[in-house]
Amino acid sequence: MSNMLEVADLGHTYGDYEAIGGLTFTVRAGELVCVVGPSGCGKSTLLRTISGLIEPSRGDVSLKGSHLAVVFQDYQRSLFPWLTVQGNVEFPLRSLPRAERRVRAAEALEWVGLGAAAKKRPWQLSGGMQQRVAIARALAYRPALLLMDEPFASVDAQTRFELEDLLLRVRREHDTTVLVVTHDIDESVYLGDRILVLSGSPAKLVADLEVPLPAERDQVTTRTDEAFVALRSKVARLLNVGGKQTLDVEKWAAAERESLSETVSTSS
Amino acid sequence: MNKFLQRWTVFAGLVVVWQVAGMLAEDPFFPPPSDILTAAWEWWVLEPENVTGHILPSIGRLLSGWAIAAVIGISLGLLLGRSDRAMEYAGPLLVFMRSIPPPALVPVFLLLFRGGTSMQLATIVFGVIWPVLLNTVDGARSVDVTKVDTSAVFRIPRHQWILGVVLPAASPKIFAGLRVSLSLSLVLMVISELVGTDNGIGSQLMVAQREFDYTRMWAGIVLLGVLGYGLNTVLLAVERRALAWQPRSRDEQHA
Repeated sequence: MSNMLEVADLGHTYGDYEAIGGLTFTVRAGELVCVVGPSGCGKSTLLRTISGLIEPSRGDVSLKGSHLAVVFQDYQRSLFPWLTVQGNVEFPLRSLPRAERRVRAAEALEWVGLGAAAKKRPWQLSGGMQQRVAIARALAYRPALLLMDEPFASVDAQTRFELEDLLLRVRREHDTTVLVVTHDIDESVYLGDRILVLSGSPAKLVADLEVPLPAERDQVTTRTDEAFVALRSKVARLLNVGGKQTLDVEKWAAAERESLSETVSTSS
Repeated sequence: MNKFLQRWTVFAGLVVVWQVAGMLAEDPFFPPPSDILTAAWEWWVLEPENVTGHILPSIGRLLSGWAIAAVIGISLGLLLGRSDRAMEYAGPLLVFMRSIPPPALVPVFLLLFRGGTSMQLATIVFGVIWPVLLNTVDGARSVDVTKVDTSAVFRIPRHQWILGVVLPAASPKIFAGLRVSLSLSLVLMVISELVGTDNGIGSQLMVAQREFDYTRMWAGIVLLGVLGYGLNTVLLAVERRALAWQPRSRDEQHA
């Protein structure tokens, strides 16, 4: 299997605060990799450097294929309220002829089960449905890599399970390469073919674990599977859950502010 | 219907009070509304020369001045609003220019353009551009970070970024600016017509006042009131259509 994403010695510092310190990993074509780590460990910085939103201080990110798509945690802000659901899905496709845009958007909305909501405004839908629109928009773009930033952290538990299964189904059906960034250990084990455990800060790769579960997963049986439980405990131990808080809150807040101002100036 | 009555009762009541007071006082400076309306009807509606010679030129100046200011204000505002550096340079200048009372520039424009329509347009454009420009800057700056990131990740072309994201995101603020500018346009239209011209509603106010025809003067004022009210109503209707996409508070709870 070929590598879709190669990250080599990727590091980023904001001023004198080191957010990520030398990460090296690969994501193979068709694979779903979860990056799991505690809040504030530099996961967001990692995602922003991979997606090209910020220039890393050192190291290399190379993507096979020309474009990637991101599904953000905050679907309400990520979708455009002045466009219909269909308009939102067509948004990244403006360079294509109108007819093809229509077809792609309709198709992607079918994949996420929202074919009937095409003419609605995103804010008329529930939170879970809005995130499905964001997923459809990303899929319609046919990205070489689908990046997801805490994609299900803002919906209720029931919806979260539905969206996790939806993600597993569409990525299997369409052979999408996915990198999910999450702080939720259970979610990373349930979704992933492989888990990259980060600890920080600065974020360093602690472990690169294969998930020994079958491709077909089920919210009830998979989560009680012995392999699932064992891997979950292993990741939790690696992350030192319940252990001492190592995060320097002030430094982190400063870095966060910096990363925000950096985005605004680079994309304006 | 009930609400309509409620909204207009105070207005109608005041007109009645004025009517009675005017009839009792018989003061030439304050004719009763019935006389004013009769004069307005005869002067502004039944005289075709007045419609084509005064009302239409006035409305024409008002609307073209406002439209020019809107186009310049919105385009400049979108560019300035998305560039911190440009705003750092231009900010103090904008605040200073906005602080100049536009009527103070009438003498300057009179000299520059020797009166006439170009002088009036210049007065209106200079006076009304600021609310549009500053509101657009404000709106353009307020595009939230997730939308900026989303647009950057999908590598949308620059024109789509400006017209498809920044403009709609700023549009509620832009419309607020346009409304302020529209009522200012009416004010500046009248002021610019008080000097250096012999046509337009403003000039007719001066003529009526000089000829001691106070009823006709009041008729002009009523016409301006009706005009301002009408224009604002039309703009509000346009705004409601253009911003129909905005989430209403009741629906927001759903999300």
